[in-house]
Amino acid sequence: MRAKRKQRLIFVVVLLVGFSVAVALSLYAMRQNIMLFHTPSQVISGEVPENRLFRVGGIVVSGSVIKAEDGLTTEFGLTDLNHSITVRHTGLLPDLFREGQGIVAQGSLNEGGIFVAQEVLAKHDENYMPPEVAASLNKQGTFRPNQPQG
Amino acid sequence: MMWKFLHRLSSLKYFYEWSGKWIPWLTGLTIVLMVAGFYWGLFIAPADYQQGETYRIIFVHVPAAWMSMFVYVIMAIAGFTALIWRTKVSEIVVSECAVIGAMFTALALITGMLWGKPTWGTYWQWDARLTSELILLFLYLGVVAIHSAIEDSRTASRLSGILAVIGVINIPIIHFSVTWWNSLHQPNMQLVSASPSVHPSMLYPLLVMAAAFQAYFIVLLIIRMRNQILYRERRTNWVKQLLVEVN
Repeated sequence: MRAKRKQRLIFVVVLLVGFSVAVALSLYAMRQNIMLFHTPSQVISGEVPENRLFRVGGIVVSGSVIKAEDGLTTEFGLTDLNHSITVRHTGLLPDLFREGQGIVAQGSLNEGGIFVAQEVLAKHDENYMPPEVAASLNKQGTFRPNQPQG
Repeated sequence: MMWKFLHRLSSLKYFYEWSGKWIPWLTGLTIVLMVAGFYWGLFIAPADYQQGETYRIIFVHVPAAWMSMFVYVIMAIAGFTALIWRTKVSEIVVSECAVIGAMFTALALITGMLWGKPTWGTYWQWDARLTSELILLFLYLGVVAIHSAIEDSRTASRLSGILAVIGVINIPIIHFSVTWWNSLHQPNMQLVSASPSVHPSMLYPLLVMAAAFQAYFIVLLIIRMRNQILYRERRTNWVKQLLVEVN
């Protein structure tokens, strides 16, 4: 390898390594901000911002969804399988919202410790299959959708 | 043998002549795979147990997203060789990949947003996956911008090549964004495993579409590179000769 090429190779490699380290350090420093949502456990242990909106994510507890009289307000339990909190939302819910589904809600805690959500978004996982397959997996009891993520 | 062939390919004239005969075959292959993939994906594959018919956008979204990253890696490798060995062919690969990659990235972002509205309930969230893919689009556009801002094509290639190489850092970030941070975007699909997370009846058409996008990329790259070669070599005798023959 000619000396000139070697010099250029060293230049490019040093540049790439330098930038990688810089990016890795910044991402590490910002890791809490890059997280899209907090978990119910973090809400309970008080590791969430006060007096400002934040997102909380988890799984809708089975059998916990209560529709209020007005037909618009929904209350449900949200869990990360360690702790759960109560979420209240007034407004439309996405089609995928159902019990056992992963969701992300944006809002804040009220005095009663209830998370009042202004927006509820539904997550879906990486499993795709026809309804019949899902039904037969369900019957065999080997179907485990919506495992906790993140 | 291999090196000798690669060395010959690095001559613009030889590349031009060699690549020409592949275009009709690759165009035919692209059309066949696209038609087969779309028909299989949109009409034969079953609806999803959870998302119903909406999930079918996966047959465009996922191949486009894969290509957006694949093209970047090709561009970065070409940028690397262009920076160190100053081969003209790799300089052309960088500038042409940037345009094609930007197109795939925009397609992945747009189809993702259209998919997000009915399933998540929102077009956009500043989620790690979505944000890093948007940065990828800006990286591509940056390479295009640097390249077209500088008059001299060799200097332009060198400077845009540096951005192309550095930007490759973003590729593992995009891939692992859904693992490192919690996000609204689904985790990566597990395709190479004993029980893939996508049912075979949906996985096969998805793989056909992925192959169709690959073929489309190659044919597009060759056509664009040939144009660029003619432009760069417009003052050489072989191009003048070629133009005389065509007219």
